[in-house]
Amino acid sequence: MKTPEEIFEYLKNEFGEDALTFEKGDIGDPWILVDAASIKSVSKFLRDDPGMRFNTLMCLSGLHYPKEEELGVVYNLHSTELNQTITLKVRVPIDEPAVPSVEAIWKTADWHEREAYDMVGVTFEGHPNHKRILLPDDWEGHPLRKDYVPQEFYRGVTTRA
Amino acid sequence: MIEVISKETGNKEMVINMGPQHPSTHGVLRLELVLDGEIITKVRPHIGYLHRCFEKYAEQMDDYAKVIPYTDRMDYVSAINQEHGYVIALERMLELEVPERVEYIRVIMAELQRIASHLLGIGAFGLDLGAFSPFLYLFTEREKILDIFEKVTGARLLYNYFAVAGLMRDVHPEFKTDTAEFVKTFRPKIKELNDLLSYNKIFIQRTANIGVLPEKVAFNYAASGPVLRGSGVKWDLRKNDPYSIYDRFEFDIPVGTGEVGTLGDCWDRYMVRVKEMEQSLRIIEQALDGMPDEGDVMAAIPKRIRAKEGEIYVRTESPRGELGYYIVSDKSASPFRVKARAPSFVHLSLLPAISRGSLIADMVAIVGSIDIVLGEVDR
Amino acid sequence: MAAILIHAAIPLTIILVYALVAIWGERKIAGFIQDRLGPMRVGGWHGWAQSIADLLKLIQKEDIIPTNASRFLFKFAPFMMFAASYAAFAVIPFSSAYIGSMINIGVFYLLAVTSILTLSVIMAGWASNNKWSLLGGMRSAAQMVSYEVPTIATVLTVVLVAGSLNLMTVTEMQAGNDTLGFLPNWLIFQNPFLIVAFIIFFISILAESHRVPFDLPESESELVGGYQTEYSGMRWAMFMLAEYADMLLLSLLGATLFFGGWNSPFGDFMGGPAWGFFWFMLKGLLLVFVMMWIRWTLPRYRVDQLMHICWNILIPLSFINLVLTALWEVIF
Repeated sequence: MKTPEEIFEYLKNEFGEDALTFEKGDIGDPWILVDAASIKSVSKFLRDDPGMRFNTLMCLSGLHYPKEEELGVVYNLHSTELNQTITLKVRVPIDEPAVPSVEAIWKTADWHEREAYDMVGVTFEGHPNHKRILLPDDWEGHPLRKDYVPQEFYRGVTTRA
Repeated sequence: MIEVISKETGNKEMVINMGPQHPSTHGVLRLELVLDGEIITKVRPHIGYLHRCFEKYAEQMDDYAKVIPYTDRMDYVSAINQEHGYVIALERMLELEVPERVEYIRVIMAELQRIASHLLGIGAFGLDLGAFSPFLYLFTEREKILDIFEKVTGARLLYNYFAVAGLMRDVHPEFKTDTAEFVKTFRPKIKELNDLLSYNKIFIQRTANIGVLPEKVAFNYAASGPVLRGSGVKWDLRKNDPYSIYDRFEFDIPVGTGEVGTLGDCWDRYMVRVKEMEQSLRIIEQALDGMPDEGDVMAAIPKRIRAKEGEIYVRTESPRGELGYYIVSDKSASPFRVKARAPSFVHLSLLPAISRGSLIADMVAIVGSIDIVLGEVDR
Repeated sequence: MAAILIHAAIPLTIILVYALVAIWGERKIAGFIQDRLGPMRVGGWHGWAQSIADLLKLIQKEDIIPTNASRFLFKFAPFMMFAASYAAFAVIPFSSAYIGSMINIGVFYLLAVTSILTLSVIMAGWASNNKWSLLGGMRSAAQMVSYEVPTIATVLTVVLVAGSLNLMTVTEMQAGNDTLGFLPNWLIFQNPFLIVAFIIFFISILAESHRVPFDLPESESELVGGYQTEYSGMRWAMFMLAEYADMLLLSLLGATLFFGGWNSPFGDFMGGPAWGFFWFMLKGLLLVFVMMWIRWTLPRYRVDQLMHICWNILIPLSFINLVLTALWEVIF
């Protein structure tokens, strides 16, 4: 079992300092900020390396940071074999929100990524079925963005109560 | 009629919609099935019919505590467990101390709710396979639990009972005797259930070797709870990542054994739930013994919660599996982001992986055995 | 002419009264098995008028026909189904004094006429232009055609022993007590192979009349309602009526073939035509009750398992049984 700091050091040896940053809020869990371009290789390493063995992706969430005009994707990983946990985070500019998909690494990311796309509008490159999941395919906008305004009509039907 | 020609076999195939209104999809789930005769060659689950914007609402609330009633409505058959996860997440984030008595009451309530939820899950599973009577027997038992809940919380389905670092109100004086009485009367019913349904020959024929989920696939899809345990993995967050006061209790983790078929089939997942109810009874008994008679049910915390900047992912064991809350705070009074990682959502995504090549009737069994609640899938 | 009308009216009255009672009875039995009350309100005493109220409701309901349905077949199928099971009652000897039609090939006629049921189910499934209905119709066709084979084989076993295709003759030869004097002279007690035959026969009629555990054509948790999905109101009621009539028909056939028909179980005591009718209906309704009892106890088979039971177990068994019965008859 490794602490997040140790995992960060371990990853730094493999991927260098540029792609990774260790961050922590005032409270709660720390996370590793990963460069969008290298998230897939980092994920693959985390899953396969004998010292990491992160075999499950517990949760994948999409976030919108209105101040920075960025979108974020958070990966909560857990290794059932080594009983260790780590959080990865990717941040991309809102006008170019492309993140490589990790669907090939953890199958469960399939639906989670579709939901993140649906809700905040992150696009996942290489996702086999990149469609909305909760909302209709022809819905406009991404509801979990902070500046979201619902469309007034959907197929001619008002969305107001 | 929509017909497609299969690329693999050259047979004519039929596309059929199972749901959103269908008796066995446990709510408003739509499964788009591609059939070759009655054999399913492809499944595409479509969800979102019960999307009620939980995450958006949570961000709009001006108080962290105001989100609690909304968590109830996610998985409406195990509302207490949803609240439990959320309040634990907040307590961990704010590093709050929870009074001893509260922890005990919470565990008792959570385990009662787990039994109630499994009763519904098992009963509905039997119903899907055409066994009507066990469903009603189990409902009678569930009713007794709901009576206990009603007496404590005033509600039968959506309780809004847990508060941050406390409870909304104390339990009534007869709570202990009521619960002990239920535990006593419920134990023999599990045996009755096994006689009536679990080891029924037709039931075994319908569920054994159906929808086999191998361990590797289960991990890859991040399965959890009874679905993962049904594949023979000893994994329970109450033991492996203890929260609340679960480390004080003695109980076993029942796992699938492949007793009547293959390891990880529908019957194994079903049986794990049955055995889990017994373990929940054990926890309740121990908690009733250890529960202090006197004590506060609310810690001294400020009326309005204000978190510092940070984020946390907390997971708890809901009846359906790993219920995770990912909460981000930004110093304001309302959460910046609340994401609920619903076990049903994850389990539904592995449906196509385990149901290919089965019959329509098996599809019903598989959906029943992963025990989804659509309120939680769509949130 | 008047005689024909009377002969036609008697079974119809029996079926209608029976259907009302049986539907109410099934709900009460289900309630009893499931620790609840069942209908309790309509009519006062234990909700006895519930079926009548339901019937009145169904009559008033709108007759919905799907736009893309094949209209004639859709409308015709329920009546054809009822007609088939109703027509078969003609050869059932209700009492020593009454049988609708005294024909020599009664059993043969009955089996032939009930085969039309299959046709009407397929018709309903196909004409609805609904995929669930179609699947239900196809399942039903496969199921009923398959299970007709063991049914016929077991009926043949009885015919072999009784030596007649006329159900009245078959009943008459079961009168009195056997040589030992304490068992009635019913066919099921005459020959050990006929007990096996009865078990196969009973399983087969469960499947023929779409009862649990073989209710796949209309399995509500898989196929929504199977071939009945698109039906409502009176047409749906006709299906229900036909189904209950079919249940009664096959149960009465079982009572005639194996349990002495209208013969009293006590020899001459409580004999005579009126008591005969009572005994006959009692035997039939007991079998109907067992069918209901099974329905509320067992889960449902899957379609491939259903076929497996029929072709791999029941059919070989019934034919072996037929041969052994013949040998028994030759030897004793």
